[in-house]
Amino acid sequence: MSKIIVMTSGKGGVGKTTSAASFAAGLALKGHKTVVVDFDVGLRNLDLVMGCERRVVFDFINVINGDARLKQALIRDKRVENLWILPTSQTRDKNALTKPGVERVLGALRQEFDFIICDSPAGIEKGALMALYFSDEAVIVTNPEISSVRDSDRILGVLASRSRRAELEMEPVKEHLLLTRYDLGRVETGEMLTVDDVMEILAIPLLGVVPESQSVLRASNLGSPVILDSASQPGQAYADAVGRFLGDSLEHRFLTAERRGIFQRLLRRSA
Amino acid sequence: MSLLDLFRKQPPSAPAARERLQILMAHERAGVRGPDYLPKLHKDLLRVCKKYMQISDDKVSVRVEELGNVSMLEVNIELPGGGAYAR
Repeated sequence: MSKIIVMTSGKGGVGKTTSAASFAAGLALKGHKTVVVDFDVGLRNLDLVMGCERRVVFDFINVINGDARLKQALIRDKRVENLWILPTSQTRDKNALTKPGVERVLGALRQEFDFIICDSPAGIEKGALMALYFSDEAVIVTNPEISSVRDSDRILGVLASRSRRAELEMEPVKEHLLLTRYDLGRVETGEMLTVDDVMEILAIPLLGVVPESQSVLRASNLGSPVILDSASQPGQAYADAVGRFLGDSLEHRFLTAERRGIFQRLLRRSA
Repeated sequence: MSLLDLFRKQPPSAPAARERLQILMAHERAGVRGPDYLPKLHKDLLRVCKKYMQISDDKVSVRVEELGNVSMLEVNIELPGGGAYAR
């Protein structure tokens, strides 16, 4: 049985696309046939983060409009087996995503893939609603920062009232919290909300905590999902999150700062 | 900045963030989950209050609080002009 998972947050810039790319790659690495779909019509970026921007010929909207077949629009990842990307269009037409069109494409993807990851745009308008509407599970990407937490709460409300599962009174969309850009240094000095703070406020199960790290920017510079940088902390954190999603019980890492000596601190500062 | 400020540590800001969020969430969720007539009731109450006093919109709050299996309607009206029911 295939599953549709939406990466959503309400707020922009919290790491939805980064997380969608890594999460999809992680599921594929575990042997599940996975596709990641960009729902951010007009602001296409998943292709860049995945490093396949020069291979885009047809897109999601072409398929919806019947201008291309699904097989023509799907891009196979060159690094990871089982991983595919469905890029979106750069059109400014806000109505390009129609509910029946999205339903038809997702239905066709369900025939082929184990997991369909929907990378949602920010906001709570059409694109975001379309990305979450058909989802079975939702990963709420949140930063430990007040506006992000508030917007995540809003999106949880939308999931509970406006998703297909809510409208058909089916079992509700399963929610997961993915806390990204977690800065241990600032948490320890009391300048950033802790994991526990955010969990208490949002009251949904924690899937993972991704520490703030330069390797995320580096990965997107290179067009390679950060999970493939398995030496990096974010890479390991995403791998853990994927493991937990698939049912492994893994302890959360990177929640306490490693103690650095004064010498190392000085070195780091000058670096 | 005085020399003393250099040594004075600012209190951590995360607890303030947490508290503000908790209050806000409680408020917003009550608004979302409350019965449909709540916004209308709020408007009507405000209209009635305005008949008798000068009061700004944010001085009347209406919300539903859940206490176990009892739902309570809480209406707060802050009178204008400070204490001793001025005016």
